[in-house]
Amino acid sequence: MAPTTSPPGDAAGLGKARAAAFVLPALVLIGVFLVFPALWTIYLGLTDYRLTGLAAADPQVVGLDNYTDALTDPRFLTSLWLTVAYVGGSAVIGQAGLGFTLAWILRGRTGPVRRAVEGVVLLSWILPSTVVGFLWFALLDRDDGTLNALLHTPGLAWLLDHPLLSIIVFNVWRGTAFSMMLYSAALENVPPSHLETARLAGAGVPQQLRDVVLPLIRRHVLTNLLLISLWTFNDFTPFVLTGGGPEGRSEILPVYVYNIALKGGELGAGAAVSFLILLINLIFALAYLRLLRGRRKSLTGPPA
Amino acid sequence: MIRHTVGRLAATVLIAVALAFFTLPMLWLASAPFDAGPAITTSVPEFTLRNFAAILDNPYALGSIRNSLIQGGGAAALVVVLAALAAYALSRVRVPGRDVLLYLLLLLSSVVTGTAAMVPIFELATRLDLIDTHLGVILVVSGGLLPAAIFILKDFMDETPTSYEESARVFGASPLQILRHIVVPLVRPGLATIAVWALASVWGGFLFQFILLRDPDKAPGSVILYTLYTEGGAPRLDLISTFSLLYSLPVVAMYLFVSHRYGFRFHGGIKR
Amino acid sequence: MITLHRLTKDFPGGVRALDTLDLTIGDGEFFTLLGPSGCGKTTLLRTVAGLETPTSGTIHINDTDVTPLPPGRRDVAMVFQDYALFPHMTVSDNIAHPLRIKKVPRAERATKAADVAHRLSLAELLHRRPAQLSGGQQQRVALARAIACHPTAFLFDEPLSNLDARLRLEARTFLKRLQRELAVTTVFVTHDQAEALALADRIAVMSHGRMIQIGTPADVFQRPATTFVAAFIGSTPMNLLPGRHTDGALHVAGATLPAPTGTPEGDLVYGVRPEYMDVLPQTRPDAFPGTVSVLENLGTSTLVTLENDGTLIQAVVPEGDEPAIGTPAWALPRRSLLYKDGHLLQAPPRKPVYTGTALL
Repeated sequence: MAPTTSPPGDAAGLGKARAAAFVLPALVLIGVFLVFPALWTIYLGLTDYRLTGLAAADPQVVGLDNYTDALTDPRFLTSLWLTVAYVGGSAVIGQAGLGFTLAWILRGRTGPVRRAVEGVVLLSWILPSTVVGFLWFALLDRDDGTLNALLHTPGLAWLLDHPLLSIIVFNVWRGTAFSMMLYSAALENVPPSHLETARLAGAGVPQQLRDVVLPLIRRHVLTNLLLISLWTFNDFTPFVLTGGGPEGRSEILPVYVYNIALKGGELGAGAAVSFLILLINLIFALAYLRLLRGRRKSLTGPPA
Repeated sequence: MIRHTVGRLAATVLIAVALAFFTLPMLWLASAPFDAGPAITTSVPEFTLRNFAAILDNPYALGSIRNSLIQGGGAAALVVVLAALAAYALSRVRVPGRDVLLYLLLLLSSVVTGTAAMVPIFELATRLDLIDTHLGVILVVSGGLLPAAIFILKDFMDETPTSYEESARVFGASPLQILRHIVVPLVRPGLATIAVWALASVWGGFLFQFILLRDPDKAPGSVILYTLYTEGGAPRLDLISTFSLLYSLPVVAMYLFVSHRYGFRFHGGIKR
Repeated sequence: MITLHRLTKDFPGGVRALDTLDLTIGDGEFFTLLGPSGCGKTTLLRTVAGLETPTSGTIHINDTDVTPLPPGRRDVAMVFQDYALFPHMTVSDNIAHPLRIKKVPRAERATKAADVAHRLSLAELLHRRPAQLSGGQQQRVALARAIACHPTAFLFDEPLSNLDARLRLEARTFLKRLQRELAVTTVFVTHDQAEALALADRIAVMSHGRMIQIGTPADVFQRPATTFVAAFIGSTPMNLLPGRHTDGALHVAGATLPAPTGTPEGDLVYGVRPEYMDVLPQTRPDAFPGTVSVLENLGTSTLVTLENDGTLIQAVVPEGDEPAIGTPAWALPRRSLLYKDGHLLQAPPRKPVYTGTALL
């Protein structure tokens, strides 16, 4: 078989001009409603712009003050650490781990069990965020929560006593579907003969995963980790559950930004922190790329 | 053999735990709306449909679902069409720096949809006269969803063998014909998945909608849900749970329809 | 008629896939491009189709310069190695797709597709999807799609290589008959020399973007122009034995053979097909000595490998005449070729000897 899926040298004969025309509408929309506000935000980060008061009417450029303020603010550093724990725990370990485990267990299975698991996992992802907020409120409530009723632990305030754990578990519940779907599709592309060869050689499941599966789905792992980390890093939904409290113990960065920018009215400072979030995301993305792209083959030769 | 049995047992236990974990929070949605005196606890309801009558009396409830349909449907359609065109071109024509650009946009999109960009976006919408319009919500949320949509769809396009397109091309098909006759049908599961994903994101979205829409007649269900409080500020659980259920149905229905009809998957590969 | 003039294709990165090719393919001719993978044969086909743009040179189809034309305007039909049948369309829609592009009305398309399908014994399958067809059926659907649009030329990119061996033989005969009937100029790419010999009116053997030899199957088989072609053509590869011409005689692998007049002195390569060798039980000065080391049953004949001091010599003997393994034997060439510096010495062709073994 010729590698028909590899380097696509303009198979449809689009040509540069038509390709540009295809990309342009999306780029214009992204440019106006994404890049432009982003640049604006970066600019705001350099000013003392406030929601109200004197600085709202006539913001002054203050240079990197907002950045030095943020980087020396213990609240920011705590928040950063919380965010890293939140992303690591709920996205990387929770969503990706559970998603892969479910995909692995369900692969090759058909019938009602698979449909039921996929159904509930996807349902928890498809339900509107606002609705989901209320659902989890009902589950975790101190006095009447379903969880306390089930565990016979009346009066246990999950959201107050274990705020970080609560939002981590919540986000695993909320977002596992994406990873599960992605890994299911990826595992379909792993030829059974490869796994069988490994099994015949006496490899256990961990060895099969390491030696056969992972190298084949490397790219999917990269895509998945990248997307879910980004989404989790900037996820505002936990605000609905804990509002960042108590005492900032679940104040992840997006909530921190909300608290200082919209609640505290310091828009400039909030924008600066947003830009810092962007940089941290960039570091995450680069780290994943480095880790997972190492053995990319170059398929640039001419066809036979 | 023992290893095998233990493995199967572990898998079964895990499936049971996962089922319980994912189902548990949703039980409230199944019981509370039908309960005459709903509390936060999930319990066997004292069955009634009165809550549904009550929510229908709310002047904004039904209208808000219509608004959600307009905004969510509009954004989903816009995102699917624009992302498909862009992903196709990016997948098929080699542009220097393409991947870097995509990753950058992806990074930007996740940050900008956050809270800090609220003010610039509000200012922008004001200047473009988009405040209090469905179009404003559609354009703003689409801008945020597009990079990820392009990123995911490009994967689908990359997995489509180019010989299909080349074959059609030798027979004289134009790029648009190729797109319509061949590429779109082949990546239909991807398009359908992105449509559901976009709709679901907009459906549950709150911040943009809250900021861009002042007129409660234009507000979507996700905003209206937060108005269902008593004058004292206590949540009207009967109304909230009932409206939550009603509000969830359209997205769930759309998901069921799409996954049944086209398959629901986030990654390409063609079923021949 | 397809004419290439100084056709050159360079890929980015400096790979020259096609190197100043000149070629004329006649009307109705079945022309085969043969070569190992990476030799440029597929690139040439794709360039003729318009899927690749040549770096320089021109392509004419029936006196029209098609070099600047997009693929759809060249009036050619192409069958791909993986057939490129659209999985979401029925057989009928697949066959009719080129007509749909040409804006032929729906009813006419369906009739036309049914006609062609009938001709290719696909009539029963019109409403199936490609996934529901066997490999052979898929291949015929791809053919039908190419036929349905009445092109000036067919371009085939290894269309038989995905079929299993037996089916491939059937498909080969079918294809050849079909091409005779339709009398459409055909360019056929393959890496399978037997396929090329069986199908082609003329073969071009390619290597590194050049055409090493162009000729009829008989030419290419009997008088390979270079040792590369000699080694490539033939189901059992030709023996290419290093030798030396001194004192009016050829000294090759332990045998002393008469040198044809005009043979230059010095190092040579002596080529002889296993089919043109007899295996004798006793010594002769003009036969290659050796010990029988391997016997391979080819059905009606046996491939005998003689080993002599590290040199392997192969001969085909009729069934029943096999020597025993381990015994000494002598291989006597009946018909041979001489190569100097890789190229065939233009000795006058010898009279063909009837061998009893089919050429293939």
